[in-house]
Amino acid sequence: MRRLLSYSYLVLLLIMLYAPIIIIAIFSFTESKVLGNWTGFSTELYTSLFTGGVRYSLVDALKNTFIIALTAAVVSTILGTIAAIGINDLRYGKRRAINFVNNIPILNPDIITGISLFLLFVSLGVTQGYTTVILAHIAFCTPYVVLSIMPRLTQMNPNIYEAALDLGATPMQAMRRVIIPEIRPGMISGFILAFTLSIDDFAVTIFTNGTDGLQTLSTYIYADARKGGLTPELRALSTIILVVVVVLLIVVNYRANRQAKRAEEQQRQLKPKK
Amino acid sequence: MNSVVKYFSRRRTWSIPYVIFLAIFVVVPLILIMVYAFQSKSGGFSLENFERFINQPEAANTFIYSIGIALITTIICIILGYPAAYILSRIRLSTARVVVMLFILPMWINVLVRTLATVALFDFLRLPLGEGALIFGMVYNFLPFMVYPIYNVMQKMDHSLIEAAEDLGATPRQVFTRVVFPLSMPGVVSGIMMVFMPTISTFAISELLTMNNIKLFGTTIQENINNGMWHYGAALSLIMLIIIGITSLFTDSSSEDGTNEGLL
Repeated sequence: MRRLLSYSYLVLLLIMLYAPIIIIAIFSFTESKVLGNWTGFSTELYTSLFTGGVRYSLVDALKNTFIIALTAAVVSTILGTIAAIGINDLRYGKRRAINFVNNIPILNPDIITGISLFLLFVSLGVTQGYTTVILAHIAFCTPYVVLSIMPRLTQMNPNIYEAALDLGATPMQAMRRVIIPEIRPGMISGFILAFTLSIDDFAVTIFTNGTDGLQTLSTYIYADARKGGLTPELRALSTIILVVVVVLLIVVNYRANRQAKRAEEQQRQLKPKK
Repeated sequence: MNSVVKYFSRRRTWSIPYVIFLAIFVVVPLILIMVYAFQSKSGGFSLENFERFINQPEAANTFIYSIGIALITTIICIILGYPAAYILSRIRLSTARVVVMLFILPMWINVLVRTLATVALFDFLRLPLGEGALIFGMVYNFLPFMVYPIYNVMQKMDHSLIEAAEDLGATPRQVFTRVVFPLSMPGVVSGIMMVFMPTISTFAISELLTMNNIKLFGTTIQENINNGMWHYGAALSLIMLIIIGITSLFTDSSSEDGTNEGLL
């Protein structure tokens, strides 16, 4: 009874969370301009999304979003990795000070980050556009990368690196062969985090994209919604994004499960038989 | 030459580019907010932006209203999210992992699309947009941020403590109030931080959910910046920053070292 009650509570919450999304998915299969108006089944929105029947600007916004996210994620992963390795080697006081500053963009609300960077670019007299948006995204993504690599470095046994040096490796070799493999999982999760943060960002982009009409998906939707409606094709696009994410998560989860099982199996085999 | 190579291969040197980067893109911009906030339009030092905030009831009212909305959202998120996290921590791990995933999944869809979906839901159910929709939309957007850290902390909780309490004769209620609840506090604190801070600073969401009828503080700041009133906008940003600073100080001291535990 108690179990039933707690399960139904979870289900109820999930229904609340998913109701809006399910409505979008359902209404992506009808042509109606207004969400909530069923005018018969049709895949028109999907075809027009891919065949360019949709206003050119949406495709453009999508392209911008990906280019910006990819650039920001790559640069912040590289910068963040180098930084984390360096910071980890500093003395306690300096390390603490840098970590403190590193936490500021993470704790700061987006709007403050956006405005502060806007003021920076304005004061420097930089014309705002692609470059400023990418710089801004790197600025708020890198701290997350540093944060996801740091624990790996602090948990690492420093003697392994020293041992590599003693055995004749150059510092660069030791870096490549010892440290990088150790922190690779942190780098990967940092990269993914940076990529998704950048794709999802709205507040920082809107303050740094200038007046030339550079749009990412978020700012496009915002402008669209303020005009009073949502481009119908966005329903199809959101549905596709949802499906892709679900599939990705299932694959990642399945692989993680399999790996965990395999590790368990190995351990069992390693145990001495009684 | 050799010493140069040696200098660059020392790992601590590698932190220098990032230190410069942080200085330019984090420290200087924040200082600029302060500089702009304490400047009049003509450029000299002045307090006129803050005087304007105090004398203009509209901005001050929006400010208080926004804090109220953020508080209500946070409280509802705790009330809804805490039991969910508790239940999740008690069921089979493999099931719990799937459900936690389901809670986080909607976050991958753009915030604005989700918000518009909420608007569509309200239209669909013929409910009026306004304050109710605003709070629903906020809770809907930020609930996962409450569930996840609390679940995380509860998951890592040492179950032998609960068993010990049971063995020593505690009733289930006592086990909860004396053991589980106090131990879950770090999760609640980081949940509060992750819900309260973003809600107090949202701007686009509120416009969409209330048909532009209710203004939150974030919207006021954005409008001022967009209309070229950078100095006043900077002053309002500084006020928001102070509120955020106070919140994080408060949450920091209440959970000494556990704060970051729930975050990642």
